[in-house]
Amino acid sequence: MSKSVLEPSIPSRPVYGELAPRSGKAHLFIADAEGAEAILDMAKTAPDGFFARAHIIYIPKATGERYLERLESLDPGQLYFGPSYEAALPRLRRTLADAHMGLQVYLAGTEGLMGRAMQEATEAGIPHTAIQSEHRGSTARRVQCVHCKGITEEVTTDPFQCSHCGLHLFVRDHYSRRLAAFMGVCIDAEDPGDIPEPVERFT
Amino acid sequence: MSGGGKIPVTVTEVVRVNELIKRFKFERSDGGLLPTFSGGAHTVVEMQDYGTSRLNPYSLMSDPADTSAYTISVRRDDEGRGGSLFMHRHVRPGMEMSISNPVNLFPLDLRARKHLMIAGGIGITPFMGQIAQLSAISGRFELHYAARNPALAAYASELSARYPRQVHLYFDDYDQRIDLQGLLDGQPLGTHLYVCGPKGMIAWVRNTAEAAGWPREAVHHEEFLAPPSGKPFEVKLAVSNKVIQVGEHQSLLEAIEAAGVDAPYLCRGGCCGQCETDVIDYDGTFLHNDHWLSEEQHAGGKKIMPCVSRFEGKTLVLDR
Ligand code: FES
Repeated sequence: MSKSVLEPSIPSRPVYGELAPRSGKAHLFIADAEGAEAILDMAKTAPDGFFARAHIIYIPKATGERYLERLESLDPGQLYFGPSYEAALPRLRRTLADAHMGLQVYLAGTEGLMGRAMQEATEAGIPHTAIQSEHRGSTARRVQCVHCKGITEEVTTDPFQCSHCGLHLFVRDHYSRRLAAFMGVCIDAEDPGDIPEPVERFT
Repeated sequence: MSGGGKIPVTVTEVVRVNELIKRFKFERSDGGLLPTFSGGAHTVVEMQDYGTSRLNPYSLMSDPADTSAYTISVRRDDEGRGGSLFMHRHVRPGMEMSISNPVNLFPLDLRARKHLMIAGGIGITPFMGQIAQLSAISGRFELHYAARNPALAAYASELSARYPRQVHLYFDDYDQRIDLQGLLDGQPLGTHLYVCGPKGMIAWVRNTAEAAGWPREAVHHEEFLAPPSGKPFEVKLAVSNKVIQVGEHQSLLEAIEAAGVDAPYLCRGGCCGQCETDVIDYDGTFLHNDHWLSEEQHAGGKKIMPCVSRFEGKTLVLDR
């Protein structure tokens, strides 16, 4: 249902694929909200015993209990439900620190979550091209204000007001893998006060 | 001029390392410093073999920090086309030669947390430069080096004396084999794997790593192919408007060069992609030997890598 189709854009805008089981020694999933569906869909083609060596870190967000039972029924080696990405982060970092080569990483859900988890995984030494990702659910963006450097999560309108410095920002498709955020640029710099009506661009 | 650009050098040392391998040292003939390079780089040595000019790539094995000289090691190949035999039989200290600027098609990925190196036989040479480079920056590495026996394991004793904890040796004659599966299993995240050695070893390492889930980007290999001999054939070079003959023991690239036509190249071993040439017309069969073009391109009849590939048939017209 919530498979997202993203419009083609500039090269820096991340593109996402569809999760597929890969051969490996261990499998780490990091997903939020509707991202659970990507895992459940992938499970249909996974070989027997695949999930015994899987570790799923899942943040349900607004989906609440909707996917929990179905994820449990995959019988993964380790399953963690967390209230927020921040709460799950220590577990993710420890898992990556103890991991060995042959670990496969699968990301699913919103761009904000995938971007941040991607950051951790590449920092741990996995080439970003070797990490699978599938976009599901909300297209809300994580945006960095290029003026004050503050990051605003879950941005749905364009322009929007920076939650740190209050400038009205235009949301670009320009994406930074290092920051795991899109770029927001002051929209009324030339004509202060000339701010277009915000439009719901990301839902 | 194609290739990496030329440097006139003087041979300042020739050392017999073992029954099969000799080491050569080159210094600039004008006394200056050589260009810097990084571990894993090679140079193409030009040999004037009594009428035939031969250009063979050899890995630089000296310390990249030392630009006063380059050293290479050459394994004698009695069955080969003659380059290694020329080096062994005719190259003496004091001789003037010409080498190319260094080119690196097998560099270390310095983002790696750890470098895991697997060498077979003469495949040890690129690792000599890489290890020198890494130890200067205290990089973490481990070398697993397989050879037929201790007498043929070039540089094994000096390497293990210098890096006793990092260097592991295996000798076929003692039935010692690298436990690759076990070795790959325990590596920390962020390890990069490098392999240089015989064809079979490279395939074994790459396939085992792939099956164990190692990302392609973390597995590096180097294999120079020697241009295979074959039936002579004729080629028309459309741009330079020449018809040339490729001899039995000559590569297509060498024949193009012998006709005075400048053609691009870097590795001369089918792996860098530099010599890729468009086919304008043909009637016959391609004998593709490179690692560069895809299977579809090999089947497509539109491209050829003249450094290692040949042709059998009536007509071949190249865009050169
Ligand atoms: S010169 Fe490198 S592929 Fe031909």
